[in-house]
Amino acid sequence: MCGIVGLFLKDPALEPNLGALLSEMLVSMTDRGPDSAGIALYTQPVQGRAKLTLQSAMPERDFAALEDRFGEVASGDLHVTVKDTHAVLSVASDRVEAVREAALGLDTVRVLAAGETIEIYKEVGLPREVVERFDIKRMAGTHGIGHTRMATESAVTTLGAHPFSTGADQCLVHNGSLSNHNNLRRVLKQAGMRFETENDSEVAAAYLTRSMAEGRDLGEALTAALDDLDGFFTFVVGTRNGFGVLRDPIACKPAVMAETSQYVAFGSEYRALVGLPDIDNARVWEPEPASVYFWDRSATAGKAMAA
Amino acid sequence: MPEFDLASAPLRDLNQALHAIEPGTNDLAFDIRNPRGSHAVAVGCDAPLTVNVHGSVGYYCGGMNAQAAITVRGSAGPGVAENMMSGTVIVEGDASQYAGATGRGGLLVIKGNASSRCGISMKGIDIVVAGNVGHMSAFMAQSGNLVVLGDAGEALGDSIYEAKLFVRGQVKSLGADCEEKEMRPEHVALLESLLERAGMTDARPSEFRRYGSARKLYNFSIDNVDAY
Repeated sequence: MCGIVGLFLKDPALEPNLGALLSEMLVSMTDRGPDSAGIALYTQPVQGRAKLTLQSAMPERDFAALEDRFGEVASGDLHVTVKDTHAVLSVASDRVEAVREAALGLDTVRVLAAGETIEIYKEVGLPREVVERFDIKRMAGTHGIGHTRMATESAVTTLGAHPFSTGADQCLVHNGSLSNHNNLRRVLKQAGMRFETENDSEVAAAYLTRSMAEGRDLGEALTAALDDLDGFFTFVVGTRNGFGVLRDPIACKPAVMAETSQYVAFGSEYRALVGLPDIDNARVWEPEPASVYFWDRSATAGKAMAA
Repeated sequence: MPEFDLASAPLRDLNQALHAIEPGTNDLAFDIRNPRGSHAVAVGCDAPLTVNVHGSVGYYCGGMNAQAAITVRGSAGPGVAENMMSGTVIVEGDASQYAGATGRGGLLVIKGNASSRCGISMKGIDIVVAGNVGHMSAFMAQSGNLVVLGDAGEALGDSIYEAKLFVRGQVKSLGADCEEKEMRPEHVALLESLLERAGMTDARPSEFRRYGSARKLYNFSIDNVDAY
């Protein structure tokens, strides 16, 4: 089953509440999947800075040594914020790739996200527990997506939790199951993509990352995904500036969207949306099958394209 | 008039109250507040109740309904009025996928749009949709009537048996073994009565086309032996 949510804020006045709103949305979807939960948030960019979200099974040991370990590669400019099993590292933008490479070399540390504004928090457990462990309700931001998982395609582990991030400031959550992910993973590996899991949804994330790296925008990448991905999916995708939704042509996996002058929201069910401001006056609709929906902060209005 | 506020009352209390109606009870009108997308609101009714749901509901609202008149003053999630036996379910907003699935009787009216698989495997229910229906509607429909005042999506009536489909707008495509059929006087009369029962009196039967089974999938055809 799985439950997915997304919230893209148009009104900056709501930004301090992003974490609280998204947490409530995700917790309301708990009975769609009890195995693991995760949230990706996009925060306001800080000029010249970038960040990495790291996860460790032994955070006390691993994170205590981070400043010593990475101080040099970060040119002495490294700020570490530890939250439970995760640590968010703030570095100068031109050092983020070097620090990411160094982190990938550590056995017990995983890089969950890297970019200018993205942070990802995910763990095994119920949404309420995950939201509390990482104090997500107090986080501010511009947009975010979340997922609560009923595992089907790979093991119940932290790394098997969504969102998956395979490129800078990109992430994806997925309700469904892909049937051509093994072959597509091979193709993407040959193209230089790196995979952390055997999970089908990670392949979808990497596919979009690769597609956008080849010059497509999010809308174009999602349109091409309709031809290249086989199986069941409702995806919600985040980028630094944008937020996209795509359902497969069969559209078994549920989806509801709501839009007001203040936000665009996505939920697997209407229940996920009922706590949002002024929801009774929102435009509420079910996204069409095989149709790409995306919103971009740099554009004045959202777009929906029939594929 | 019993009122249940689902913001505080458990859903199970509501459904148990609806199921506990004794024959001869006079107080048959229920108001339900704050459904907030709850699942299984007013399922399994089996008495001539009037149930007003003030807001939008989640999965399976009015499922298995018999006798009751249920009105959703909002939109409905997947499977509204699934397997309805008799009575009416009216959705004032939109309905999600497989509205009226497997229904055996009664009338389902959707005043907005219905999404994919509306009336899938319907077995005698009448469904009237004021807006559009999505792809694969009336898939394997066995009997009953589906009336669509707007457009129908891809593969309407795929593998249909003896249900009758009436569409006023465009049909994106017909499914396997579904074809357009002649509107004879008895079909015009049937459609007129369905529109009247659904309260959609501004639509004229002459504006509709009828679709049904070509009856070529009923029996094994030796010409298809190579396909097996």
